[in-house]
Amino acid sequence: MRPGNVAAVRPSVVTPTQPTVEQSWDWLREVPDPEIPVISVVDLGIVRDVRWEREAAGERLVVTVTPTYSGCPATSVISSDIKTALQQRGIDALRIETRISPPWTTDWMSEAGRQRLREFGIAPPVHTAGAIFPLKQLSSSRIPIECPHCGSANTARVSEFGSTPCKAQYQCRDCLEPFDYIKCI
Amino acid sequence: MKADNPLLEYLLRLGDNCLILGHRLSEWVGHAPAIEEELAIANVALDLIGQGRLWLTLAGQVEGKGRDEDKLAYLRDAGEFRNLLLAEQPNGDFAQTMARQFYFDAWHYLLLRELTQCKDARVAEVAAKASKEVAYHLRRSSDWVMILGDGTNESHKRMQAAIDDLWTYTGEMFEMDDVDHALLSQGIAFDLARLREPWLHHVSGILTEATLELPQPGWAQRGGRRGVHSEHLGFLLAEMQFLQRAYPNATW
Repeated sequence: MRPGNVAAVRPSVVTPTQPTVEQSWDWLREVPDPEIPVISVVDLGIVRDVRWEREAAGERLVVTVTPTYSGCPATSVISSDIKTALQQRGIDALRIETRISPPWTTDWMSEAGRQRLREFGIAPPVHTAGAIFPLKQLSSSRIPIECPHCGSANTARVSEFGSTPCKAQYQCRDCLEPFDYIKCI
Repeated sequence: MKADNPLLEYLLRLGDNCLILGHRLSEWVGHAPAIEEELAIANVALDLIGQGRLWLTLAGQVEGKGRDEDKLAYLRDAGEFRNLLLAEQPNGDFAQTMARQFYFDAWHYLLLRELTQCKDARVAEVAAKASKEVAYHLRRSSDWVMILGDGTNESHKRMQAAIDDLWTYTGEMFEMDDVDHALLSQGIAFDLARLREPWLHHVSGILTEATLELPQPGWAQRGGRRGVHSEHLGFLLAEMQFLQRAYPNATW
């Protein structure tokens, strides 16, 4: 949701009763990842917890977010997008909590999110976390990454790092299209 | 070296390695030989600066004097930095950058794996997060050493020269001093000498694949961990800290 929509949305959705935690999760499912807008921050697996906490001044909604990569510049944008989205729904008593442990893993990405990535032209992670053993024989741990455009497994890695920290660059040897792959971590 | 607060010293070492090497790598942006490599170098730099931020934030908390990660990064002079000499060495050619990265990544990965077992949960948490990222750094730098070593005559020559030139900075990575010993007894640090054998195993394995020679043991340059740096660090800081020095407390 763009900031410009705030005024239009606010009057119709503000409710006098406190939204449930489930309702808040539903709203967070509509917050897109700023770098890969086809998936939500919930699909990405970075929202770890949503809860109401009792404080002296009343109840406060606490959203726990875990960063993807240590240096990912999207992390602060994500926190502010989450804040904006919930404030637009009338939740003003709100705190975003950052948690780094356990560290984010691509295993937490939802199936629906993976499917939407594929449709968008980004190959979702194929390994499970912990599949990278850099001290072992380097090439043996590499299994083919399917091209999200034509489905061919005849693809080549161009670079281990791509346009964002979470992606690698690949190219399909059949349809020749370049594509991004979300590295498993 | 006697330190009043060994944990602070230890965290500055961890953070400064990441910050200084991350900054060095960022100097390639706009100059890399190919767009893919430019992106890759920038991504590794970003990971390292992010990790440096986590360590320095923790260092500031442990110190308890109101210095946050930005103050520690931008308002310390060269003698107060605790990074390895290896991390501050100039980029040189692409082979020099990759050799520096390869030596560092192999050590960094092993170090972080050990620190995930640290008794101080704050240290263990950052190490667990960072080690996942560093696994990719090591895979990439190991790949490049093999590609360039087992490449053309020119790339082989340059890669061997880089491996030889930077070797003298690797000894410092495995040395124990008072800071390490003080934390070792508390179950926070571990014996760095333990990393030498697995490090050497990985490094020599990759060099063999790359048709490169493992350098002979020799004189080790040391000092970075206690603030005695090469002349290169001052120039790096002059650029990295320029804004805060010229416009103190500038924010945006």
